[in-house]
Amino acid sequence: MDRPDALSRLQTAGQYALELEAVSRHFGALVALADINLAVKAGERRAVLGSNGAGKTTLFNAVTGDFPVTTGRIRFFGEDITELPAQERIRRGLRRTYQISLLFENLTVRQNLYVACRGVSPRRFSLRRPSPSDPATHMAELLAQATHLSDDLDRLVGTLSHGQQRQLEIGMALAGAPRFFLFDEPAAGLSPSERADLIDILGALPAHIGFIIIEHDMDVALRVSQGVSMMHNGRIFKEGTPAEIENDPEVQALYLGGAHD
Amino acid sequence: MIAGVVKTISGVRPAWWVALVLLILFPFPANDFFTVQIGAYSMILGLIGLSLMILAGYGGMVSLAQLTAAGLAAYVVAIFGVNSNDVLGFGWSWWIVAPLAIAVGTLFSALVGLIAVRTSGIYMIMITLAIAVSVFFFARQNYEVFNGFTGYAGITAPHIAGVDMRAPLPFYYLSLIGAVFFLAVTAFVEGSPFGLALQATRDNPRRVAALGYSVTAIRVFAFALAGVVAATAGVLLVILNGRVSPGTIGVDVAIDILVIAVVGGLRHPVGPFLGALAFVLLENFAIDLIDRERFNTVIGAAFLLVIFFSPDGLLGLWQKLSDRIKPIQTPTKSEH
Repeated sequence: MDRPDALSRLQTAGQYALELEAVSRHFGALVALADINLAVKAGERRAVLGSNGAGKTTLFNAVTGDFPVTTGRIRFFGEDITELPAQERIRRGLRRTYQISLLFENLTVRQNLYVACRGVSPRRFSLRRPSPSDPATHMAELLAQATHLSDDLDRLVGTLSHGQQRQLEIGMALAGAPRFFLFDEPAAGLSPSERADLIDILGALPAHIGFIIIEHDMDVALRVSQGVSMMHNGRIFKEGTPAEIENDPEVQALYLGGAHD
Repeated sequence: MIAGVVKTISGVRPAWWVALVLLILFPFPANDFFTVQIGAYSMILGLIGLSLMILAGYGGMVSLAQLTAAGLAAYVVAIFGVNSNDVLGFGWSWWIVAPLAIAVGTLFSALVGLIAVRTSGIYMIMITLAIAVSVFFFARQNYEVFNGFTGYAGITAPHIAGVDMRAPLPFYYLSLIGAVFFLAVTAFVEGSPFGLALQATRDNPRRVAALGYSVTAIRVFAFALAGVVAATAGVLLVILNGRVSPGTIGVDVAIDILVIAVVGGLRHPVGPFLGALAFVLLENFAIDLIDRERFNTVIGAAFLLVIFFSPDGLLGLWQKLSDRIKPIQTPTKSEH
């Protein structure tokens, strides 16, 4: 397995992190994704907006390899990953979070983060207990700090509040050497103060690491991203800057739907 | 490595040392029946139960084929060792036969895993049950290798330094060493990267894949490890009985193993051993309480009661009792 070294990572500046070429996904007769073309540069932060059922999460699942695409190619930093299993894509630096937290409820925060750190390092199947000098142990503590969970390291994840679970969800994705993130509605169900916390955490990510964020909260989405792709019925029908999208009449009619405010 | 082991051993709570000393002293007041048929036999059933607990408790995978892995190891001993059936019986040394038997049982368990891990929940139970049933019928109908319905008898026990390992005292200690060894190893591995990853697949397999692990590899490896435990128990079983037949790997016995693991408790590796002890005691003494035809009813009723009052089995009952005795102690693990 090729591991991206520091040099090749430097060379990726300005290159595309993620390229989707005519990607589609059918579930029987249902066309969940239709001919998606999408290119996101390394370091770019892109928001994907669209109503429920527009295909946003399906898009993420296709990129991470939760299921194969029906047609089309996916490239990650120039490498064709269309046929790779999920874990190989993760080992190449792709990371994602889930709309509904997918955590290990019967393990502690520390153990959750430790498992996340070991997943992308060699000797995943070691049967010996971690020594205090295990870098993953230290890394887990740093991740807890980065996601404001240092005080809860030894709590069972099942007992955390919803907001803390959302933070841990991001912490798990930060493990190892991430090169690109897919955030699936990280702000879902958060209180206003927790939202501010989240914007902090996202804003503190290193500038060379880009991400795609699915977010219903326009406030969060437009604050953390430089570009917006609008999805509807499995298609991307408009791309632009946050300002362009906000003022686009078609988008307003479809999505922002003035009637609600 | 050694420092780590020393640290782990020194971290074992005093209650465990007391239990170990009591188990070492147990054969002296007890007669041969209690030493072997209750003590050692409980530890063998407990080991097979532990094999299931590793899969179900840590991995969320219920396999009904762990007894089959143990039984195949016993068959390997009969086939490559000495038996009195004039079928096969190559008469190889125990130092080769025992490791070979454990290797075969392990391989079989890993193979079951390879087939079964694509499914989960009730489907995994069905697939492993189907494998157990087909091996049972194959063994009963195949005379070239399994010697059919009769199976094998007269299997000689090993002699270590001139000591017959089937004699009550040596056999008890052999079983005790096996049980304590695998109990300790399981408790140790629980906190290792692999142990944590396995528990993570129980809670959320999708996320485990999204962290860079191969969920299939984790699960198959767990089946292989569980196979080592089951196969070792199978070797002990054949030393004890001196015979193995299709009845050894019957579905009724496989269900007993499931009952043992669940009633004992799946939250800690000691659970299956408690379950096995309760099972063996009931199996032997329920007849004294009620007439012969109905003793299975007593066993069933007793286990229903345990599960009714404590979903975590005997372990859970123990936890509740000790919580009541020491109410000041704050529980570290929450109830789910």
